[in-house]
Amino acid sequence: MLETLGSLANGFEIALQPQLLAYAFAGCVIGTLVGMLPGLGPLAGISLLLPGTLGLSPTAALIMLAGVYYGAMYGGSTTSILMRIPGEAASVMTCIDGYAMTQKGRGGAALAIAAIGSFVAGTLSVVGLMLLAPPLAEFAIRFGPAEYTSLLVVGLIVLAYMSGSSMPKMLAMAALGLLCGMIGMDVMTGYARFTGGVIALRDGLGIVPVAVGLFGISEIILSAAKAREVSVRQPKLAELVPTRAELKASVGPIARGSVLGFLIGIIPGSAHIISSFVSYGIERRLSKTPERFGSGAVEGVAGPESANNAAASGAFVPMLALGVPSGPIPAVMLAAIMIHGVIPGPLLIAERPEIFWGFIASMYVGNVVLLLLNLPLVGIFIQVLRIPYRYLYPLILTLCVIGVYAVGQSVVDIWIMIAMGFLGYGMRKLGYEPAPLVLGMVIAPLLELSFRQSLALSGGSYSIFVARPVSAALLALALVLLALSVRTALTQRADWRQRLGLEERG
Amino acid sequence: MERTPSGASGSPRPAHGGLRDDQVTGAALAVVGALVALQSWQYPIGSLADPGPGYLPFALGIALGVFGALIVAAGGRSPVFRWERFGDGLKGLAILAGLGFAALALEQLGYRITIAVLLFYYLGVLERRPWITTLVLTVIVSLGSHYVFARLLRVPLPIGLFGF
Repeated sequence: MLETLGSLANGFEIALQPQLLAYAFAGCVIGTLVGMLPGLGPLAGISLLLPGTLGLSPTAALIMLAGVYYGAMYGGSTTSILMRIPGEAASVMTCIDGYAMTQKGRGGAALAIAAIGSFVAGTLSVVGLMLLAPPLAEFAIRFGPAEYTSLLVVGLIVLAYMSGSSMPKMLAMAALGLLCGMIGMDVMTGYARFTGGVIALRDGLGIVPVAVGLFGISEIILSAAKAREVSVRQPKLAELVPTRAELKASVGPIARGSVLGFLIGIIPGSAHIISSFVSYGIERRLSKTPERFGSGAVEGVAGPESANNAAASGAFVPMLALGVPSGPIPAVMLAAIMIHGVIPGPLLIAERPEIFWGFIASMYVGNVVLLLLNLPLVGIFIQVLRIPYRYLYPLILTLCVIGVYAVGQSVVDIWIMIAMGFLGYGMRKLGYEPAPLVLGMVIAPLLELSFRQSLALSGGSYSIFVARPVSAALLALALVLLALSVRTALTQRADWRQRLGLEERG
Repeated sequence: MERTPSGASGSPRPAHGGLRDDQVTGAALAVVGALVALQSWQYPIGSLADPGPGYLPFALGIALGVFGALIVAAGGRSPVFRWERFGDGLKGLAILAGLGFAALALEQLGYRITIAVLLFYYLGVLERRPWITTLVLTVIVSLGSHYVFARLLRVPLPIGLFGF
């Protein structure tokens, strides 16, 4: 414990350097804007900012991108509460009771509760991350290629299982993502695959054009077609103070949301979205007056907002401890630090402590910055929403062109972004989720390498995947989840995942 | 923004026949899977014990084909496939066409001219904003973003044939 505190103190020394503080601040401001603007979710926002961090140190780059990530979680709540428009998907649940509170004149209090809940959850979950990641990394140092293969397979299956969407659809997207990740040179032999003779494709598809296309461009196409002018009601400063009763009612949901969000965050999947749905469902079930939910219950804001912020930190556990992304956002962040020559994996904490502890300390700092930023300055931030979308989306598209081109200095990346934007649009219209595609694409090289290394180690025997206990346990988990999905499909019964989806609609 | 994980569970059951969404998309995925498997067969496959570069793509192509078939099989309850649902796709294509122009022009015309033309197209042609506003925004954004990215953030941006 003393060792942890010592490392954390060193981390604060790094994070409180004026320059890094400025990057954390910039990340939080950009993130808040990204979270508020429809058409720019955290994933597209982080991807677009990636080229801007190329000139920074890996620590500064990670701190700034993480600021964007949890800044977006804060920012998303503002538009949900004031305008019933979720700036990003994790804020869908906040729309319901947050907007109802605004209609009752309590929008300011809802914003304050969301900010306080996010702050408490963010801070608590960083403690969790700090305590959990180092021992997990120490455990994972003994992992061989067989364990990594099974871990990556189970990660994809958990992601598919958690979504509540059709399992074959999710697995098809994961397979498509893995195939996209195999475009380019084979990791072991250098053999070029699926490049069609395009030299730029020999290095594979970049994560940035794929993420910006699938999540950013497709959203812009959908939003631009139904662009409408919105009226924004700006809350007065005095309205921002919650009543004693509201604060009291929020304590439980914030505490539960923090723990729940962090735990869900560790599990692969779109954790920040799922955690807010689960939290809302639990709060409604625990409430003595569930009928208030939907018409302005403060618990319906406090729980989901805390949960999605805690999940944002939880998602960093597998990313920092194992070097394995649990969803598309950590995948892009991993790509960001890899561009700087940092090799992610269980040795990261031991070999590059300044990155890990600097990052942890910056998250504490970032949470304070966001609390100070969001409450008093909410009036300024919502001015951005007054910009009509027909002016806004051309500017965002310009940013997409610059961001995507700048990473690889190649126009092929812009074509990839366009193709992915088209694909993403079709997927959204036809009920397919892009998250497993992106995750599959990112982990494909690692999965293929560890799979073939495992077989090389075992002399070609597949028993290596079940002979090693950790690998066997992970594969057993994958089989159980597959069996559960098959049972649900055969019995046509709505299980908890679908019920969650139905509650969201209802 | 990501899709919410609600699946298609809440979609209303259509009243009449015709191909369903999942039947169309599942079949398309199965075809893609088959094509990938065929193409992978051209690469060195190796053996079960010593997989080559074509091995996993081949296996994934087959898997994609199987998942596609499963989606078709379970797709009877999904909504009826209708092209009308893609009505907003025309504007989407117009937006993508602008990006296609940017991809073609960026290294030929240079950053500033390409972005200026792109913005003029979006604001003036697609959105029919007033000409003055369009022109002012076009100039400010193309020059301003160049200053921020090329000068402040030191991102190398392309200079075209006109040296601009």
